[in-house]
Amino acid sequence: MIVQELIFYAFSLVMVFAAVAVITVRNPVYAVLFLVLAFFSAAAIWMLLEAEFLAIILVVVYVGAVMVLFLFVVMMLDINLVPLKEGFIRYLPVAAIVAVAMAIELLMVLWSRGRFGVDMFPVPPPHSADYSNTRELGELLYSNYLLPFEVAGVVLLVAIIAAVALTLRTRPGIKVQNPSVQVRTRRDASVRLVKMKSEKPRGA
Amino acid sequence: MNSAQLLLAAPEFWVLVMACVIMIVDLFLREERRGIIHMLAMLTVIFAAIITLRGDFLANGLPSASAFNDSFIRDPMGDVLKVFSFVLMGLIYTYSKFYLRNFKMFRADFYTLSLFALLGVMLLISANSMLMMYLGLELISLSVYALVAFNRESGRGSESAMKYFVLGSMASGMLLYGMSMIYGATGSLLIPDIAEAIRVQGSDDILLIFGLVFVVVGIAFKFGVVPFHMWIPDVYEGAPPAVTLFISSVPKLAAFAMAYRFLSSGLGDLHIHWESMLASLAILSIILGNLAAIMQKNIKRMLAYSTISHMGFVLLGLLPGTAFGFGAAMYYVIVYGIMSVAAFAMIILLSSRGVEAETLDDFKGLNQRNPYYAAIMGLVLFSMAGVPPMVGFFAKLMVLKAVVEAGMIWLAVSAVVFAVIGAFYYLRVVKYMYFDEPENETSITAPVDFGAALTLNGIMIIGLGIFSSSLITICMTSFGV
Repeated sequence: MIVQELIFYAFSLVMVFAAVAVITVRNPVYAVLFLVLAFFSAAAIWMLLEAEFLAIILVVVYVGAVMVLFLFVVMMLDINLVPLKEGFIRYLPVAAIVAVAMAIELLMVLWSRGRFGVDMFPVPPPHSADYSNTRELGELLYSNYLLPFEVAGVVLLVAIIAAVALTLRTRPGIKVQNPSVQVRTRRDASVRLVKMKSEKPRGA
Repeated sequence: MNSAQLLLAAPEFWVLVMACVIMIVDLFLREERRGIIHMLAMLTVIFAAIITLRGDFLANGLPSASAFNDSFIRDPMGDVLKVFSFVLMGLIYTYSKFYLRNFKMFRADFYTLSLFALLGVMLLISANSMLMMYLGLELISLSVYALVAFNRESGRGSESAMKYFVLGSMASGMLLYGMSMIYGATGSLLIPDIAEAIRVQGSDDILLIFGLVFVVVGIAFKFGVVPFHMWIPDVYEGAPPAVTLFISSVPKLAAFAMAYRFLSSGLGDLHIHWESMLASLAILSIILGNLAAIMQKNIKRMLAYSTISHMGFVLLGLLPGTAFGFGAAMYYVIVYGIMSVAAFAMIILLSSRGVEAETLDDFKGLNQRNPYYAAIMGLVLFSMAGVPPMVGFFAKLMVLKAVVEAGMIWLAVSAVVFAVIGAFYYLRVVKYMYFDEPENETSITAPVDFGAALTLNGIMIIGLGIFSSSLITICMTSFGV
């Protein structure tokens, strides 16, 4: 138990630190790398919760694919930070008031009648060794949550269509290679035999 | 789950399949045969209406049936809203074909994306769990963001799409946050289970109310009511009119269904809390919408502010929480869809030959240029202003009746006062059309199908007004009144 708690606190601390760093560091590349660190610590905490499938997916999909792509984008774009910070001071008072008010409301909710205290939630019994997290999730997704699952697929399809519709520009008159035509070409298309008299050496 | 349950979602399946079919068919079509895409889209909408009407929910007044482990519900209210979405969609496609051809934007993407948005509308109307609501909402939003930026040459279009995207994502975040609070308090995603949990544990839970606030913010953004209205004028002005036609009509029907299912079916026991929230949103919208519209010189922005005030009226119908009030709000939202589609069709009609009609001056002397279309526009404006016997009058009447019955006289009185102030800017356009000299003498011509659709639209506005009891009865029976 002690070991588990130690692991939990270690990863939680790292995660909170990384999350704060994401929004405070100046260099966007560092921010992305800190986000990777935050994701990784979250994956470790999920592992403690016996949600191993989600933990692996988080590392494989988010850290492995999404964040790497994101890093490429950040490195490709020449982001100038100065215009982004314009108006920061001007809007700060209003933003601060809203943020403080929301934070106070949140704290009031969190402290209301001990709804979120540790004593409110009993420790869940650990699952047996042959319990498969992946299988349970799959069974739920394809039974109870079939319709949401399919609709989520449609949402992704729409995202693809929208991205293509907004960025694809077909320009007329581009010279493109057509391999099939290239392969099917005949000798007559490019070779022309010309009959001509043999040349005599000059000055002969 | 058996096949009878699957068949409940038959209209949704049909629209999904046809959206994909249209996307594929377009790949094999040459430029000059694009008309086929339009025909296919019309066919999709017509058959979707037929399939929905075949479901026997409208005729027999069956209570409701659910499928997919209760996350999908089919009931008379949903069917009425869906059928009217299809009717509006048919009108929208007919109007927008004229615009898209004129402005050389006749591409299949418009049809695929708008059909996916229609699918989102249908799913949101039938959503019976918070998860489905969110997914339906995102399906609509994503398609609409892309549609707003549909004219890639227009800088304003991209700008408004970006604004809409950023604000829309914020609103989605708020909604999700509220949903997570409600899930935390009740332990379920399903609307009936949430209602049951609240009944058992009582409604004076600060966590629930906290979640409710965020959910109301999300719904208010979707309706575009004050103070969550900032995106409406910019998006209406920046988007191509063919897209504004859609944004201003069909998604509002879905927003109504979502508000009803979430607030009444799910959080009905919290009525005392959301009643006051909706009341302030509604009255602010009616005041700001009507006052700001007076100052607009741009017809699209004027209609945008008029939308805000009309949505305030829809909230007025929702807030008493009575079956009569919901029926009235549903009637109002359908009527508003019909009127708004006709108004934007007139903008499309005036912006022929590559120049968009944007200012009120474009309407000057419309009567001399084409008396028939001027008369239809007159009908639309009188209806929006709430002049009897047009349908807009009855919509306002029913909503106000519901508010008065609930004992909120001051709310009804102030709504009427500002509606009367609002009548000024509608009548100003009428004055421009009939009493001013045209700046542009060219006569106005439209293709046959456009004229036919606009005529039908005008007949709906006056016909549903004179025979107002027909649609009112349909809306009221959906809520068992």
